[in-house]
Amino acid sequence: MIKRITLPLSEEVIKDLKAGDSVLISGEMLTGRDAAHKRLHELIEKGEELPVDIKGETIYYVGPAPAKPGHAVGPAGPTSSYRMDKYAPALLDRGLKGMIGKGKRSDEVIGSMIKNGCVYFAAIGGAAALISRSIKSCETLAYEDLGTEAIYRFTVEDFPAIVAIDCYGNSVLAKGN
Amino acid sequence: MEIRTINAAEITGAVKKLYMEMNYYIGNDISDALKRAEETESSETGKAVLCQLMENNRIAADEEIPICQDTGMAVMFVEYGERVVIENGSFEDAVQEGVRLAYIDGYLRKSVVDDPVFDRINTKDNTPAIIYTTIVPGDKIHILAGCKGFGSENMSAIKMLTPSAGIEGVKKFILDTVRYAGPNPCPPIVVGIGIGGTFEKAAMLAKKATLRPINKSNPDSRYAELENELLSEINKMGFGPAGLGGDNTALGVNVEYFPTHIAGMPVAVNICCHAARHKETVI
Repeated sequence: MIKRITLPLSEEVIKDLKAGDSVLISGEMLTGRDAAHKRLHELIEKGEELPVDIKGETIYYVGPAPAKPGHAVGPAGPTSSYRMDKYAPALLDRGLKGMIGKGKRSDEVIGSMIKNGCVYFAAIGGAAALISRSIKSCETLAYEDLGTEAIYRFTVEDFPAIVAIDCYGNSVLAKGN
Repeated sequence: MEIRTINAAEITGAVKKLYMEMNYYIGNDISDALKRAEETESSETGKAVLCQLMENNRIAADEEIPICQDTGMAVMFVEYGERVVIENGSFEDAVQEGVRLAYIDGYLRKSVVDDPVFDRINTKDNTPAIIYTTIVPGDKIHILAGCKGFGSENMSAIKMLTPSAGIEGVKKFILDTVRYAGPNPCPPIVVGIGIGGTFEKAAMLAKKATLRPINKSNPDSRYAELENELLSEINKMGFGPAGLGGDNTALGVNVEYFPTHIAGMPVAVNICCHAARHKETVI
């Protein structure tokens, strides 16, 4: 069964999502990857204000390809999440509620997800052209100089993902035999 | 000795075409393997993921957009015929220009930064490409090209094994590397392995192995058998498509080897995602 969910994530929805659930996500999400996370983290360490309010938001780890004329965005599949592990707990402490990426997370991130009530979704790595069809608009919010690594706001409709780690710390990612 | 003259613009055009096409159209070796994987996959989630990947590849080809947003760093193995002379430019510049034009005109992502540690400023045209050139007899230029995404590149590893490690040591290092990578490199993966040579030669062989079609085995039956055995062992790990569990963790394993030193047995493992993009041309 596929659950349809809307962003921003409510506490009720977060508590209801279980590892392994297939979801179709609609609403608005932020994007950000390595370089943007580094800058956000530096601001947090200095106690300065962030260029975007992340409270209640869901962030998609992605660096989209350029949009062809007539497309809202180019292919935009998930990037590996573990590279954001160093920065994620500080963002979760500031109210980030959802993360979308691919692959493993550290124990520190999972602990912070349980503490802060946050969900980690996996999008299908490499399904970038397919996923881009669910992205209806793309607006630059911050760090335009970073190009593909800037922070964008995506408006999505039925964005396909799977709950990889739920807010209770349960994971559906295979551990390997 | 008869000299053949090739215009630099012809090389630029050929490289541009290689990079645009490899990013839009997945090779038959991969599309056939995905289809076979979908037919044999016992996990329902795994089956669904494989269907999505095949659908993704159809969309990319129909719309001429990249299969994956990570259109990679360009890597080429060139066999340059010694009777070829380039006119109106240099070979190196002509190839770099082809990459630059493909990434700009082809709406491919620019993913290269100028300095790895300090500045990390995007070069905005995906250059420089990495070009390995061998001079060979003849009057042709053969270009084997790939674009390497870094989700999987980051999961690659090299180890300087010594002779007493034997075949068991080789297998253990390869399988440990794949197991550690787990769900990160966009499974089902293609594993390129280089054995022998020196430190850097093993790594180059591993890269070259990722560019060989996965439906072609190593011509040496012992290495072909090793490829099959490793593929079977990797698919017992259970990571499955997208790392969500299943029978298809890898689509193919390619091994390349080279003579080595009496004291050594280097092994390099270059992991590639299911979007294993490679294409070749002869000019």
